[in-house]
Amino acid sequence: MEVNVRLFATLREGRFREQKVEVKDNIRVLDIINQYDIPLEDVAICLVNGRDAEREQALKNGDTVSIFPPVGGG
Amino acid sequence: MSAANISVKDPKGHIRSAGRGGLGAVMGSKRIKFITLDDNDGAGIDIRSKENFKNAAQIFNQGLLSHPVSGNALPKYGTAVLVNILNEAGGLPTKNFRMGQFDGAEKISGETMYDTIMSRKGDSTHGCHAGCIIRCSQTYNDKDERYLTAGFEYETIWGFGAGCMVDDLDIIAHVDNICDDIGIDTIELAGSMMVAMEAGILAWGDGHGIIKLIKDEIKEGTPLGRILGNGADVTGKAFGVTRIPTVKHQSMPAYDPRSVKGIGVTYATTTMGADHTAGYSVTSNILKVGGHVDPLSKEGQVELSRNLQIATAAIDSAGLCVFTAFAIMDYEPVSHALIDMINAQYGTSWTVDDWFNLGRSVLKIERAFNAAAGFTNKDDRLPEFFSEPVPPHNATWDFSGDELDQVYQF
Repeated sequence: MEVNVRLFATLREGRFREQKVEVKDNIRVLDIINQYDIPLEDVAICLVNGRDAEREQALKNGDTVSIFPPVGGG
Repeated sequence: MSAANISVKDPKGHIRSAGRGGLGAVMGSKRIKFITLDDNDGAGIDIRSKENFKNAAQIFNQGLLSHPVSGNALPKYGTAVLVNILNEAGGLPTKNFRMGQFDGAEKISGETMYDTIMSRKGDSTHGCHAGCIIRCSQTYNDKDERYLTAGFEYETIWGFGAGCMVDDLDIIAHVDNICDDIGIDTIELAGSMMVAMEAGILAWGDGHGIIKLIKDEIKEGTPLGRILGNGADVTGKAFGVTRIPTVKHQSMPAYDPRSVKGIGVTYATTTMGADHTAGYSVTSNILKVGGHVDPLSKEGQVELSRNLQIATAAIDSAGLCVFTAFAIMDYEPVSHALIDMINAQYGTSWTVDDWFNLGRSVLKIERAFNAAAGFTNKDDRLPEFFSEPVPPHNATWDFSGDELDQVYQF
């Protein structure tokens, strides 16, 4: 199945901004993080289709995963 | 004009603006044009126990530097990093709070701003006051590498950007610079412009038109300029627009209250009017700092907003930048170091409880002031149009009055 991966801020360095990727069925958010060699402590926010997702969440075909490092503002 | 702000000078001599609440208008009404301070021969700040203060300050500063938000993300990207986050989460108010996502978000994002600053030899990490160690601000140059603006913040970029459907960061930077120059709050003015676009005075997305209105009308104090410069509410009333995103006559900042419900509770209840900094629920709703409270659910939001309003009232009273809050909330040694600094400076023996009691008493005094001025709980509500669903999550504003009235039950 295919999912859309979006990386932001410092996570883009050496990686990419957005990429569609073929993955196995029932792949988890955590597997995507590991696939792109993103250290876990660099991951603060994971959204799947715009909603907060746990690392263990299984993805479905067509899902968009958005990953952010720790960031803040006002 | 009620959107008038107070301007101060940063260490590089550029203008920084203390924006909200019409403080510039208050000064103007007292005929005060400027205040200048000469600290030569001044007594300096009285610190009762300098040694204790220094030790506590060291821990405090270490905490700020080691927290990923204040030590890393803010110095590098500044607050504009929030554009893409809120856009992904469906909470970036677009076209006067019609949608939660903006097609042009990437073009006005913190990532784009950072790349642009670096390629034009600006400064991506810059402190707005002497001694700041977070340095979340920046200097943004134009394409000829000349200074265009500094202190280019998320709210300004959102308001004139997604709010007004402008996707050109250079145009928005120009607007930021003129607003600094004439002394007008960018959040309130963005609200005026959104409402002006509702009224058909400007086309959606007309960035050059925004610049023209500021230069030719507001700066000149023409009748149209005076309407716009008096904020979103006045602009809406003058042009018969009902879709006005204000609470207590102050225009809403850069988070949709329906899809970031914790901030919606703060907008409705804080004594200032629609304000995000008074109880910045976005920390837990979106940023996952200090815990997580689902932004799309009502559960836990009243408590979250209340606790943050109390803590923030205390932080504000200490004269601290609110960006110290990330480390204060996440690291216990930092919150203790803060109390230690206060005790060292003032010779008090406060505990953390005393600190929160300070916050509570400040809020009670503010509420009493508002009540005496005629505000009631009917003013702690959002405009009617927020019952409308906002895509992509189709969230609505569904808090009852009774639920909102619980915020100040303490």
